[in-house]
Amino acid sequence: MTDATTARNIPDRMNSRAVRIFKSWEALLLAVAITIFVVNSFASPYFLDAWNLSDATFNFTEKAMIAFAMALLIIAGEIDLSVASIIALASTAMGLAMQHGAGTPELVTIGLIVGLLCGAFNGFFVTVLGLPSIVVTIGTMSLFRGISYIILGDDSFRGYPSSFAWFGQGYIYWVFTVEMLFFVIIAVAYAVLLHKTNFGRAVYAIGNNPTGAMFSGIRVQRIKFILFLLTGLMSGIAAICLTSRLGSTRPSIASGMELEVVTMVVLGGVNILGGSGTIPGVVIAAFVMGLVTFGLGLLNVPGLVMSIFIGLLLIGVIALPRLWTMAAERRKE
Amino acid sequence: MSVIKKLVTSVALASAMFASPTMAQEDVRIALVVKALGIGFFEAANEGAQEAAAELGNVEIIYTGPTDTTAEGQIEVINALIAQQVDAIAISSNDTDALVPALKRAMQRGITVLSWDSGVAPEGRQLHLNPSSNPLIGNMIIKLAADHLPDGGEVALLSATTTSTNQNIWMEEMNKVMGNYPGIEVVATVYGDDLADKSYREATGLMQTYPDLDAIIAPTSVGIVAAAQAVVDAGKVGQVNVTGLGLPSEMAGAIESGASKSFAIWNPIDLGYSATMLAYELSQNGAEAAPGAEIPMGRMGTLTLDENNEGAMADPFVYDAGNIDEFKSIF
Repeated sequence: MTDATTARNIPDRMNSRAVRIFKSWEALLLAVAITIFVVNSFASPYFLDAWNLSDATFNFTEKAMIAFAMALLIIAGEIDLSVASIIALASTAMGLAMQHGAGTPELVTIGLIVGLLCGAFNGFFVTVLGLPSIVVTIGTMSLFRGISYIILGDDSFRGYPSSFAWFGQGYIYWVFTVEMLFFVIIAVAYAVLLHKTNFGRAVYAIGNNPTGAMFSGIRVQRIKFILFLLTGLMSGIAAICLTSRLGSTRPSIASGMELEVVTMVVLGGVNILGGSGTIPGVVIAAFVMGLVTFGLGLLNVPGLVMSIFIGLLLIGVIALPRLWTMAAERRKE
Repeated sequence: MSVIKKLVTSVALASAMFASPTMAQEDVRIALVVKALGIGFFEAANEGAQEAAAELGNVEIIYTGPTDTTAEGQIEVINALIAQQVDAIAISSNDTDALVPALKRAMQRGITVLSWDSGVAPEGRQLHLNPSSNPLIGNMIIKLAADHLPDGGEVALLSATTTSTNQNIWMEEMNKVMGNYPGIEVVATVYGDDLADKSYREATGLMQTYPDLDAIIAPTSVGIVAAAQAVVDAGKVGQVNVTGLGLPSEMAGAIESGASKSFAIWNPIDLGYSATMLAYELSQNGAEAAPGAEIPMGRMGTLTLDENNEGAMADPFVYDAGNIDEFKSIF
């Protein structure tokens, strides 16, 4: 037993900051992103075009908004699989309000409030009743979308006010869309929240050891509840953007998006078991997924093949560093 | 774990993704966008599109669509097609309204846009190609029965529900042309509510009430299968002919047993062919999509547009013992 511990290689000093960044998950991911960008530029003559790249950002902006909140939730050891259904419910609520003559400010308010309420609903069952979040949110995944189906059936809401189109179809300046602005603001906000505040430290602590965190005076359940609220809120914002972009609401809106959001978070280096992960990682993962799907789309690769690539990318990026570590350890022995 | 190694592996990983060759640029590129890939009906439409492309010569078909039948997935596909500056997009849409902003942008950038099979709201496309029209369907369902009754006879209708809009319109259109089929008498109309068991009972009841019944017309894919089964079970194959609208995959058994001599539904191959021809006419030959316009579509004749820029391709396509084997695996 003692032999094993003494045999372990203990460095006499920490790696320098530069080396650590170089060897980090984010660096690997960034290399992948840059490679994909370069390969895309060679593979298709249409890739390097400001307007085309601007269009491509729609492939990930809405998902990424939710992914940031989801990253915090997963770091804290929980998950929310109902996000896409929250979008459906929020969008349906906005559609109902629009039919009763609500203007753009009211629509936005309603979207945000429905998102928050759904988040609170999930949070209540997980933190107050102590139920596992994966079970609760699988339930609400059907529940929230089910309500949309009851209200809308085979029908759709359309005819949103033209000023409402600004969120999903508007441009701030030249090719920079309103959604990109939201994406950047939300990314910065979450990066600050997770990496620069006590709240962020508490999130990591909860994910690594909830009991330990509780005995350290962290209000575990309260923080988890806030994380569910935030995820709901982000789903509400995504619902506003998506509804505005589509200009209509159907109960099938955003179906299947929850798995893409979780994929983005995991690809971004967040440990699915909780305890570690960074916001910059998720940002790069968002770009990687957006660039891959758009690049493959330009080559008219069928969607089925595209999901195979996303799957391989996810498994590859997660497995390769692990395989290298194992190989390196074996070489040392 | 060197950085070089990381890079090399990433490059290998990424370049493996882009194995497909880039396409020739001089061809006219027409994108056939479907609801979702991997559906037999749309694969058959692609076959028709390829046929049209071969006939036209310089056309390349981009057959594409999302994995699931979602509007968001189709928008991603449309964005990629806009970026490639394809010449035309012919789409069977998952959502009448949600695709409008994306398709409008395509038209602004000079791309011809038309919808087929499942339409897009008028502001999001130049024209819509319907597989058939209500008058053509109304005429076809009675013609199918009359063709096998040269000396006239008694027929009954087995519809969906009393409030089914499509079926009611088709039966109304049928009544308008009854004068063209002398000797054919419609003795009853019953409703199976598009439920297999209720349709079966109603069909059985018809045969008991009208012992001289010659044909049952079911303009619904549920009713026609149930009626054919009822005829087989009643031992009336050869006496009562079941016809109407049905799917080849579900009706293959009824054709084989002889309970149904023929039935009709759209032909997806013709649909893909016509959509491609129309896209070519609009984008290359300067055809104008406007109310009243007549646009040629190769072997399928011409498409006449109504006030909504919609047109009907043709009569529903008739399936019988001669062609059922070819189509039963398609849809």
